[in-house]
Amino acid sequence: MPDKVKLAYFLSGGCGGCDMAIIDLSETLVDVLPYLEVVFWAPTVADVKYKDLEAMPDKSIDVGLYSGMVRLSEQEHIARVMRRKCKVLVAYGACAALGGIPGMGNMHTREDIFQTAYFDTYSTDNPEGVTPQVRCVVDGKYELTLPEFYGYVRPLQHVVDVDYFSGGCPPHHSFVGQAVVAVLEGELPPPGSWITSGKAVCDVCDRNPAGRGEQRHLIQSVKRTIDGVPEEGKCLLQQGYLCLGAVTQGDCGSLCPQVNIPCRGCGGPIPGVKDFGLRAIGSIAASLEKEELVEQIPSPVKLFYRYSLPASMLGRKIK
Amino acid sequence: MPKIGVYLCHCGENIAGAVNIEEVKKHAANLPGVAVVRDYLFICSDPGQDLIKQDIQAGLVNRVVVAACTPRTHEPIFRKTVQDGGLNKYICEMANIRDQGSWAHWRDKEGATEKAKKLVMSAVAKAALLEPLEDRFVNVTKASLVVGAGVAGMFAAMDLANMGYKVYLVDRNPSVGGNMAKLDKTFPTNDCSACILTPVMVQVGTHPNIELLTYSEVESVDGSIGNFKVKIRKKQTYVDWNTCTGCGECIEVCPKKVPNEFNEGMGTRKAIYIEFPQAVPKKAVVDGAHCINCGKRTIGTKPRLHSKTGEPVLAPCEKVCKIGACDRSVAYDPDGELVELEVGTIVVATGFKAMDKTPFKEYSPQSPNVVTALQLERLLSATGPTEGDLKRPSDETKPETVAFISCVGSRDKNHHTYCSKVCCMYMLKQARLIKEKNPGTNVFIFFIDVRAGGKDFEEYYSYCRDLGIRVIRGRVGAVDELAGDRLRVRAYDVDMGSAVELESDLVVLATAIEPAPGLEELGRRLGISCGAEGFLKEVHTKLYPVETAVRGIYIAGCVQGPKDIPDSISQARAASSAAAVPLTLGKVVVEPLISEINQENCSGCGICVPLCPYSAVAMTTVGDKPRAKIDEALCAGCGVCTAACPSRAIKLHGFTAEQIEAQIIALTAGIGGVSYV
Repeated sequence: MPDKVKLAYFLSGGCGGCDMAIIDLSETLVDVLPYLEVVFWAPTVADVKYKDLEAMPDKSIDVGLYSGMVRLSEQEHIARVMRRKCKVLVAYGACAALGGIPGMGNMHTREDIFQTAYFDTYSTDNPEGVTPQVRCVVDGKYELTLPEFYGYVRPLQHVVDVDYFSGGCPPHHSFVGQAVVAVLEGELPPPGSWITSGKAVCDVCDRNPAGRGEQRHLIQSVKRTIDGVPEEGKCLLQQGYLCLGAVTQGDCGSLCPQVNIPCRGCGGPIPGVKDFGLRAIGSIAASLEKEELVEQIPSPVKLFYRYSLPASMLGRKIK
Repeated sequence: MPKIGVYLCHCGENIAGAVNIEEVKKHAANLPGVAVVRDYLFICSDPGQDLIKQDIQAGLVNRVVVAACTPRTHEPIFRKTVQDGGLNKYICEMANIRDQGSWAHWRDKEGATEKAKKLVMSAVAKAALLEPLEDRFVNVTKASLVVGAGVAGMFAAMDLANMGYKVYLVDRNPSVGGNMAKLDKTFPTNDCSACILTPVMVQVGTHPNIELLTYSEVESVDGSIGNFKVKIRKKQTYVDWNTCTGCGECIEVCPKKVPNEFNEGMGTRKAIYIEFPQAVPKKAVVDGAHCINCGKRTIGTKPRLHSKTGEPVLAPCEKVCKIGACDRSVAYDPDGELVELEVGTIVVATGFKAMDKTPFKEYSPQSPNVVTALQLERLLSATGPTEGDLKRPSDETKPETVAFISCVGSRDKNHHTYCSKVCCMYMLKQARLIKEKNPGTNVFIFFIDVRAGGKDFEEYYSYCRDLGIRVIRGRVGAVDELAGDRLRVRAYDVDMGSAVELESDLVVLATAIEPAPGLEELGRRLGISCGAEGFLKEVHTKLYPVETAVRGIYIAGCVQGPKDIPDSISQARAASSAAAVPLTLGKVVVEPLISEINQENCSGCGICVPLCPYSAVAMTTVGDKPRAKIDEALCAGCGVCTAACPSRAIKLHGFTAEQIEAQIIALTAGIGGVSYV
């Protein structure tokens, strides 16, 4: 094993779940820690400041993991700094690679979001109509600043060049372990790739009819998870629960379908697929017995693009 | 290194009349990979094809783009040219700058030129990525299916059967014969329809190579040319056709009367019936919807025993049937029987339906004395409800005056914009039959135009006028009911330039020929689309009138559009000869434009399996994982699986994602798409 691998980690527009996935490595993490030198892990783990990162020499960090999407000017700034400092930059988790759950915000304008968050919600009491400003003066003398809130969410690759992508919300810890080991051993796929087994959730799902020697048939009805309890052991999609497992990378080991929850696509598209939602629409719509069933799919954009709207060809709602 | 040759066709004036060929030529020359650009008056002609061959042979060109007309008709021609030149024939791409360029934008020359440039750009982008492919051959099942046993279907079936091929002839009615069996006489020779048709019906019924499947409908069609798998549903007759002799005794005793469809709703038939006396096969059918289960004899139940005699109590129909063909204790399946056939080719000849009179409120359809022409045909026929004696339906008196109204539902934007083609002549024929039987009858025909184009038709028309049939040019506005069951016809006489009124005993509506009910659904099952007017679409109106978009399926008769008997028969015999070609060859070329699964990329989700209309996809096990596999012999290259595959593991040869994306990029260059060139 060579010298310690220098690692930087940044939690951008995310929830911290990706950080937790690394902690979840538990014993594996203990095993690999001797080979790692964490030079930056903000804001969750290490007590380092942005200026510390900015002060490091360019390309001095071996691997940078960037989790979360880019919505604020601050996040964009650190993305650029990380890119300069890291030899290998990984968009780590669904938000960084695809836009993730916050990416559904791209169906709304900044004005809509502010209206809801700062005026319309029941718990809001905002008689003076204050909304976040990039700059404001308090008590007539203190100038305070906030990062700019952009009108749309971007995945990391729309801001800087990205070497590798990893899906998952969060990425499954066993898979993170494999990825970390791969990084340590330098066994990485060609740059620009997803770090993935390349197979769909169906490939590892016990409910897949093909794996049970059964024939798949067309979807007879569309159901939501609140519409009933799925039949044990039977394919969810087959029962009408719109599971996106066929379209989604199965590095998770099909965790959700195992517990009756249809796959929502956090693993990201299978390599070769350029637009997750379009592929999902193509596959699911083709599998419906009757065209009229399309009408029963609730909120199709937020179903098929739940994790991937900002990275899609649609990108966002323009108006 | 691609060396693309672009060949621009003027198509006489067809393309060059709107597209500036010189400009497109200059544009094409600057496209990436283009080595040669040439134009010619007719690229598809011998000297035109030579241009391509010479360039290939001189090594100037290794990929070919022909910017001309439609690949539907001309792609095979240019593929052959490319092959003769020495390249793989699939290294040829067409840009349809005629149908999509000059024709579509004839009044906008600049726009047409711009569009032609784009289409060429797109074809060049795809051509750069074309891959050589090898043709495949499949063996042909030496049998044919003919759907519809009217005059067209019967002639098609006879021809194929006489060539030695097994023919399955399907009709949804209990008997063969179709609409022609309902006609009294036929123009322009006044041949008795029954006298010329019934012998053909008998021949069809007794031909050793023809298997009749009447009272049956096509349930599904799978497979492709050479090997269609067809499911036919034989509707339930509730009578054992193997033993029924067609004696008709059951019909006589049946107490339930139902309007007679064969007589166009006039008169009645029984709930157990034989479609018409000359039916082939002459077998009885129980109309389950109208049977009243008399004697409490529900189908599939044992008879009650008489309380005194102990004898079983039978329904009249079974009591009278001495051979037991009519046995109501048999538990028949109401859904009938599914029969699976394998055939190499299919001829569709499901004919037409004459419009009913009810939509024409202005012509008093509620009056029994307003009849459609097909109803009049039955009134004139010796096998009709009046045995050929023309009587007014309301009181069975002889009509003194008969008025015909033409173009009812035809040439009318409220109904059908097309001309039904046969109405002028059949009205003249009917008028003449009436006049010849009863010279004293006053016969008036209201025409918009008299269309008597056809061999001996004009002479027929002149003869009718000489007989004293009065022809009035002008549209009828209304028919009113008057006292004494008489009718008033109000019209505008164009020649006189004034409104006219006429009192008549009988009014005959020459209602339009329209597609038979359910044709669209049948088309869907066959994979053939209907035109705007609802008839099945041929590949090309002039060059390929019997071929359809589905190879191996041909059309004949009124299913393709209104036509008279000679035209229907000509087309039927053309269709049968086209349908015989693959059967005679024994094997057919199948384009290699089929889908292929890359099992390394397949995740085994199986989404593709139920989608395949040809049942060509199945799961196999590779290692310990399920993976999809396509049977090349069954795949028709429709691309459904390719479009749906969540893992993008399926490639459709000839239409790969890379090729299509290259075309989209080329077409969207400069309008927000990715930059190109």
